[in-house]
Amino acid sequence: MNPEPAIRTHNLTRRFGDFVAVDHLNLEVQPGQVLGYLGPNGSGKTTTIRMLLGLLHPSEGDAHVLGYDVVAQPELVRANSGYMSQKFALYHELTARENLTFYAGIYGVQDRSRVSQVLEELGLGAVQNQRVQTLSAGWRQRLALATAIIHRPGLLFLDEPTSGVDPVARRAFWDLIYELSTQGITVMVSTHYMDEAEYCTQIGIMRDGKLLALAEPDELKRQLPGQVWEMSAEPLLQAVELLEQQPFVRTVALAGDHLRILTDSAVNAEQISTYLAAQGVQTLSVTKGTPTIEDVFMALSNSG
Amino acid sequence: MAEIRIAAHEVHKSFGAVHAVDGVSLQVSAGEIYGLVGPDGAGKTTLVRLLCGALHLDAGTVSLAGFDMARRPERGRERLGYLAQRFSLYDDLTVEENLRFFAEVRGLPPAQWRARSREILGFVGLAQFETRRAAQLSGGMKQKLGLAIALINEPQVLLLDEPTTGVDPMTRQDFWRLIIPLLRSGDLAVLVSTPYMDEAMRCTRIGFMRSGRIISEGAPNDLRKQLDGRIVELVGEPQAEFAQLARADGGMEAVQRFGRQLHLRVAPGQREAVVQRLQAAIAATGGQVERIGPIEPQLEDVFIALAEEQPQEMQA
Repeated sequence: MNPEPAIRTHNLTRRFGDFVAVDHLNLEVQPGQVLGYLGPNGSGKTTTIRMLLGLLHPSEGDAHVLGYDVVAQPELVRANSGYMSQKFALYHELTARENLTFYAGIYGVQDRSRVSQVLEELGLGAVQNQRVQTLSAGWRQRLALATAIIHRPGLLFLDEPTSGVDPVARRAFWDLIYELSTQGITVMVSTHYMDEAEYCTQIGIMRDGKLLALAEPDELKRQLPGQVWEMSAEPLLQAVELLEQQPFVRTVALAGDHLRILTDSAVNAEQISTYLAAQGVQTLSVTKGTPTIEDVFMALSNSG
Repeated sequence: MAEIRIAAHEVHKSFGAVHAVDGVSLQVSAGEIYGLVGPDGAGKTTLVRLLCGALHLDAGTVSLAGFDMARRPERGRERLGYLAQRFSLYDDLTVEENLRFFAEVRGLPPAQWRARSREILGFVGLAQFETRRAAQLSGGMKQKLGLAIALINEPQVLLLDEPTTGVDPMTRQDFWRLIIPLLRSGDLAVLVSTPYMDEAMRCTRIGFMRSGRIISEGAPNDLRKQLDGRIVELVGEPQAEFAQLARADGGMEAVQRFGRQLHLRVAPGQREAVVQRLQAAIAATGGQVERIGPIEPQLEDVFIALAEEQPQEMQA
C-alpha cells in the first residue's frame, strides 16, 4: 500500500468575488519529495499555500496535509508543518537566538536543547547573538528557515524563500533544503528562479489558478513538444520580433546574451537562418539545445 | 569613441564604521549597459544611490552626462532616469496622471510631456491602460509604468537598481525586451544591478562588487574564462557519498549539488589530478560514476568563486 501522501487536494478551489484564484486543483505529493511550485505572478501559488496551511477556506473541494483535513483540523496542519514566506517574519530588535526561542515557545517545543540544535544544524551559531537588524538578507533567510523548522515539522511550505538573495546564499539555502529532504521532510517551494526548479524532485506549473503540469523535471522536459535551439543573431531584438511572427516558432526567449527558441520538431537550422536572412537579420549561430525547465515553463505559459 | 555618460572616481561612503562603498571607480559609455553584481551587502544599492545623487559622497567624484554631480547636480539630474528597487506610484491616480505628475516634477513643460507620455506609454505597452488607476495594475504593469516614469525626460543615463527582483520569468523577459532597444540608439548609458546571472550575461560589461569595492570587471565571457577548465561535472550514485569524497579532496574548492549533478570547482591546474583521485576513491567504495568531466564555467560559478575568495568574511 502506498503511504498517505503528504499533500493531497481534490478539486481545491478558491474564488475572490468573480476571480478564481485557484481552480479545481488536484495535487498529490508523496512524503520526502521536494515539489517546485511554479507559475507567473498571480497564478494562484500563494493562495494554494494559504489554503493548505488552513489559513484560507476553500470555496470548493478539499485538501489534506499530512493526513489532516485543512478545514476541519487546521491547528493540527499548522502544528505539523512549517511555513516561510517571501517576507521573513522576524523580530528585528531581537537576536537570532531570541527569535528562535520565541518561535519555540509559540509552537510549544518542550525540548530545551532544540534551539541550540537548530542553530547548529543551519550554521547559525556564529551569528546567534546578533540582532536581526544587523544581519544580511542571506542570514535572515537562514534564520527564517530555522524558525520554520523549530517544531520538527513533517512538511515545509516555502513561498519564494530565495527572492532577493544573492547566488551564494541561494546555493547554500538549497543545500539546507536537500539536507531537510534527506531527513524525510516534504518540501513545497515556490520560486521564480527556474534553475532552482531543476533541483526539485517534482514540478507543478500553475497558470490562471490551474495546474498545467505535475511531473518530475526530466519527465516534463521529455514531454516538451518540438525542438529547442540556442541562437545568436544580429540585430537581436529584430530577430525576436521576426521569430515571434513565424508560425513554426512556438516560443522565443532571451537567455543570457543569446536567444532560446522552441520550434516545431520538423524544423531545421537552415530554415531558421534562411527565414531571418530574407528579412535582413543575420544568424550568427544556431544549434540544437537540450530542454530546460525554463523552456517548459515558457512553452506552458505561452500556450493558449 | 562613444561619450562617457557615467563616470565615478574613487567614490567613498560610510555609515558609521561601515565602509559601504570603499573607493569605487567606473565608467559607462553611451550605448553600453553595465551590470553591477555582488553578494548582498556588497554596496550595490548604496553605489547606485550615490550615482544618482540620492546620497552624498564622503569622497570622490561622480559625473553624469559630463556634469559633475557635486557642482552641477541639477544639470546631471535632468539627463538621468532612475528606477529604484522599491518605487512609489500614486495608487489613486491613473497611469497617465502618474506619468504627468512625475513629468511635472522633472520640470517638463505640458506641451512636451503630452506627446512624450503617449510615446512612452506606447513603448512600454501601457497605452490602452492610460486611464486605469495604478492600484489596479499587475506587478508587471507597475514595473513598466516605473520604467516609463524613469524614461519620461528622455534621459542619457538610466540607473536600474534590481528592477526584476521577485518578478516572474515572463515579466523579466518583457522588461528586458524594453531595455535592449533603448541601447540600440547608442545615446543611452545604462547601469543595472541584478541578482540574476542570466541578466548579467546580457550586459556589455559586468562589475563584481564585494565589501564596497569592484574587485573584478570585464565582458561577461571574459569573466567566465577566469574559471576555464576548473568546473567539473560529476554524475552517479550514491551522490551523497560522492559529495563527501569530493569535499575531502585537497584540490577541491567547492562542491555543489544541482539535482542529479554535482558541480566541483577545483583549484587552478589541479583538474586532472583531482579527477583521477576521485575516480579511484569512488571505485574503492563501490560507487558508480555515470559521467565525470570538465564543463563550461557559468557566470554563477565565477560569482561564487569571487564571493568566496575571502574566507574571513561571513557568507550566509
